[in-house]
Amino acid sequence: MVPLNLYDQQRRNLRRTRLFLAGFVLFLAFLGIGADAFLYGGGGSPGVPICTLGALAFGGLSAWWSLHDGDQAVLDSANALPLDLADPRQKALDNVVEEMAIAGGVPKPRVYLIPDGDPNAFATGPGPQKASIAVTRGILDKLNREEMQGVIAHEMSHVRNYDIRLMTVVAALAGAVLLMSDWTRRGLWWGGGRRPQRGRDGGRGLLGLVFFALWLVSILLAPLVARLVAMAVSREREYLADASGAELTRNPLALASALEKIDAAVEPTPSIKQGVAHLCIADPRGRTGAEAEGLLSGLLSTHPPLAQRVAILREMGYRTLAPQGS
Amino acid sequence: MGVFGGCLFLLVLLVVLGPIWAIWRYNNLVSLKNQVANGWKQIDVQLKRRHDLIPNLIASVKGEMQFEQDTLEKVIAARNTAAAAHGVADTAEKENQLTQTLSRLFALAENYPNLKANESVRALMEELASTENKVGFARQFYNDLATRFNTAQQIFPDNFIAQTFKFQPVELYEIREAAEREVPKVDLSVRPQ
Repeated sequence: MVPLNLYDQQRRNLRRTRLFLAGFVLFLAFLGIGADAFLYGGGGSPGVPICTLGALAFGGLSAWWSLHDGDQAVLDSANALPLDLADPRQKALDNVVEEMAIAGGVPKPRVYLIPDGDPNAFATGPGPQKASIAVTRGILDKLNREEMQGVIAHEMSHVRNYDIRLMTVVAALAGAVLLMSDWTRRGLWWGGGRRPQRGRDGGRGLLGLVFFALWLVSILLAPLVARLVAMAVSREREYLADASGAELTRNPLALASALEKIDAAVEPTPSIKQGVAHLCIADPRGRTGAEAEGLLSGLLSTHPPLAQRVAILREMGYRTLAPQGS
Repeated sequence: MGVFGGCLFLLVLLVVLGPIWAIWRYNNLVSLKNQVANGWKQIDVQLKRRHDLIPNLIASVKGEMQFEQDTLEKVIAARNTAAAAHGVADTAEKENQLTQTLSRLFALAENYPNLKANESVRALMEELASTENKVGFARQFYNDLATRFNTAQQIFPDNFIAQTFKFQPVELYEIREAAEREVPKVDLSVRPQ
């Protein structure tokens, strides 16, 4: 592998994420066009593409709703409490968050504490202007100040990179794909008789048949594919947040050692629900989720293997940063 | 349309697109300049905060650390010079001196268990340590922006715009103090016992 410095890595991650998103939208459009062509319209009729529009509208609406007040729901579900600044550790956490906000040049997010002994943290909110960071009690108890800074920098990067918005949109698109596939399968079942519109254009020939077969397979595999893509985007964003977090602290080794401590605490974090797993610093399901070996579980997890993240951060630590770094 | 037409077309293109390009690049430089000014303000806010905190800290440790009168006075003096500094380079240098006297005070305070046990002193120390970090991160942010601004003025062909409108490169907030720059010397040569 060609060694990459921090800034290259950020750029590469951004490019990959865009590619993933474009693929997702194309896939959705493909499903929609197929459904419109074979189920309702009859090949190539100029009718309105109901399925495509319907699926996209559903995706858009659910994305809008979860961006609008999804963050408060997430915080409530994790029992997040506002900080008690009289406690020195919590005051230190508050200071660390402010330091990282200054380093990133963004407004200071609101900070919450989750009364849970397992070390974990997540960020939520639609963007830098209205963001929240929640940290478990375990982070305060088990990490030193520098490691805490690394963790907060990681979360701050999720905020700064608009990851929360991106992941919400990806989740909504995945939902739209699921709906679409469900819809058309039912359509095939009940309206099967209308399917091959031979009368009008029986000469669609081989190409049409291939397209139909491909589409049929896609519909059947869509739920799995949607999930795989969503998880892949999530893993990319984790790498990106690690890299840009290290850019904020200029201290990748502190985050590496924080991740190792988090990894050592194998228990799952029961307070954090699965729905926000992709925004946490480590998979809240514990070691079984993030660290299990094997191709399938690797493809289905929201986080890259911790050992690999630590290795990458270590490598960054020994590599000089770009010369303009202060 | 012939050679003449082609030339005319090129000329029109240049006359229309040239100013558009110039405006675009000029605005880019102006927005960078404002970002740099904003970054500097961030540093300034944190420095002021540090200047405000120091008298409180001195007042609360004075009783315990009366044998360190010299260090305490040095901190106060460095704080007063730093508060009066002007310009980037001047501020950077004087603030660095303050940072050093402060870290000496912190190191000495380690010897006083009473101080470490005192809750209000501990809170003040945490505040100051955090402010110190904030100064550092604000400096990092400012330096990144300043470098981007300076680079934008130097690259071709934007340097023509920068020269025409008299943009000046800004100073970086640098650490000049020998102590912070010096690479620790490690002697690994094997000596006979």
